[in-house]
Amino acid sequence: MNLPWLESLPLLVDGLLITVQVAVLSSVVALALAAAAGLARTSRYAAIRGLAGTYVEIFRACSLLVLLFWVYFALPFLGIELSKVTAAVLAIGLNIGAYGAEIVRSSLKAIPEGQHEAGIALNLSPNERMLRIILPQAVARMLPPFGNLLIELLKSTSLVYFITLSDLTYEAMVIRNNYYTWTPHIFGSLLIIYFLLSSCIFITFRLLERKLTAWR
Amino acid sequence: MIAEAENGLKPEREEAAEQTGLPNGYTHLVPIVRYRSIQKSFGELQVIKGIDLDIYPGEKIALIGPSGSGKTTLGRMLMTLEEPSSGTITIEDEPLWQMEKKGNLVRASEKHLHRMRSKVGMVFQHFNLFPHMTVLRNVTLAPRSVLRLAKEEAEERAVEMLRKVGLENKLHEYPAKLSGGQKQRVAIARALVMQPKVMVFDEVTSALDPELVGEVLNVIKDIAEDGNMAMLLITHEMEFAREVADRIVFGAEGRIVEQGTPVELFENPQSDRLKSFLQRFR
Repeated sequence: MNLPWLESLPLLVDGLLITVQVAVLSSVVALALAAAAGLARTSRYAAIRGLAGTYVEIFRACSLLVLLFWVYFALPFLGIELSKVTAAVLAIGLNIGAYGAEIVRSSLKAIPEGQHEAGIALNLSPNERMLRIILPQAVARMLPPFGNLLIELLKSTSLVYFITLSDLTYEAMVIRNNYYTWTPHIFGSLLIIYFLLSSCIFITFRLLERKLTAWR
Repeated sequence: MIAEAENGLKPEREEAAEQTGLPNGYTHLVPIVRYRSIQKSFGELQVIKGIDLDIYPGEKIALIGPSGSGKTTLGRMLMTLEEPSSGTITIEDEPLWQMEKKGNLVRASEKHLHRMRSKVGMVFQHFNLFPHMTVLRNVTLAPRSVLRLAKEEAEERAVEMLRKVGLENKLHEYPAKLSGGQKQRVAIARALVMQPKVMVFDEVTSALDPELVGEVLNVIKDIAEDGNMAMLLITHEMEFAREVADRIVFGAEGRIVEQGTPVELFENPQSDRLKSFLQRFR
């Protein structure tokens, strides 16, 4: 079978690298924000709880595409000019991080009060209680929802097409312009590539979960 | 059952009572714990309405009474899980919930509570084992991170305690693999390894299947016979209370209604409240 559009495969590989780069970097930002805001929401200081709560409510509610436009097109008017990759990582990280913070908070809250009390009865300090008793159990609970969230994040990276960052989707559109009649093949391949990338995340989290919940 | 003397004292207490000429063989000692005018409210609901209670070193007290009488709250206050609304608790003559600061008594800091807590241990109704740790790690966690023992020493002590509760063959199991009775015995070993001077047992058999109650109570009896640790046993097991306790304290509606030796209380209850309570266990 003759597949002329495959000559443009190197373009697709370039796009793939950008997609992976954006996904990995924004995952790091999202996880860091999720951990910080999620922990902050269980703080005993109302100001810290309030601050984290405001972050979650604002960034969870706003459309990722509009946020992306705002970071990339509006910030320059305030004198802040970001590269396309930085803008994408920031927008996606802020948005997904807000969802992640809720996962962190609810997982921490789901640990029974008796676990805290047993820690007190054994005279562990508040930090040791958090580090040795609460967090290990909470992290085990966080894994499945975080796996979902990171797959969601991966798929949302295709929105960077709209700020003309040359990711996988963008390159596929370029190739389609040149090989219009092969559109089903090109988009079909695109779907398969996203599926394979998602599988990597899914499998990683499955393995992590198996390892971290051996005690169940 | 342990034989009881005429006055209802355990034989070794009988001896102490004869030597000291004091009624229960303990009162010549200085109490290790004193509750004074303790009240506790949760919102509108007052669960403890003024309680005074002394616990002597090595004494085994069984706290009995209907549900909602504040028994558990009394134990939880000693473990610093619940703060009294008013009144004072002292351990070895030092206030638990207050500390001295520039001549005034102020609310205890975390540091003060940390120091005081080392004298108290607690076993919970629902075990509260750490599910993500093996049996051995459950028991070595506190010796290692609180007492800062080396791994080998902590494990040596832990194994000794686990042997005492009959679980030295389960060291590397996770709690999920254990029966309720085994879990509770691990929890007992975990509290014992810290060598508290007073231990609170909060309805430790209430969550167990009936056929598993015996193994846990037997372990507690062994510990009680070992000795020097004072025990506050919050329980609904009347037979057990009678066998183990030096003194029975009957509480109802947030007050202590009656107290005395097991024989005094069970054979000759004075108050109508206790009489009707005991009727349900006959």
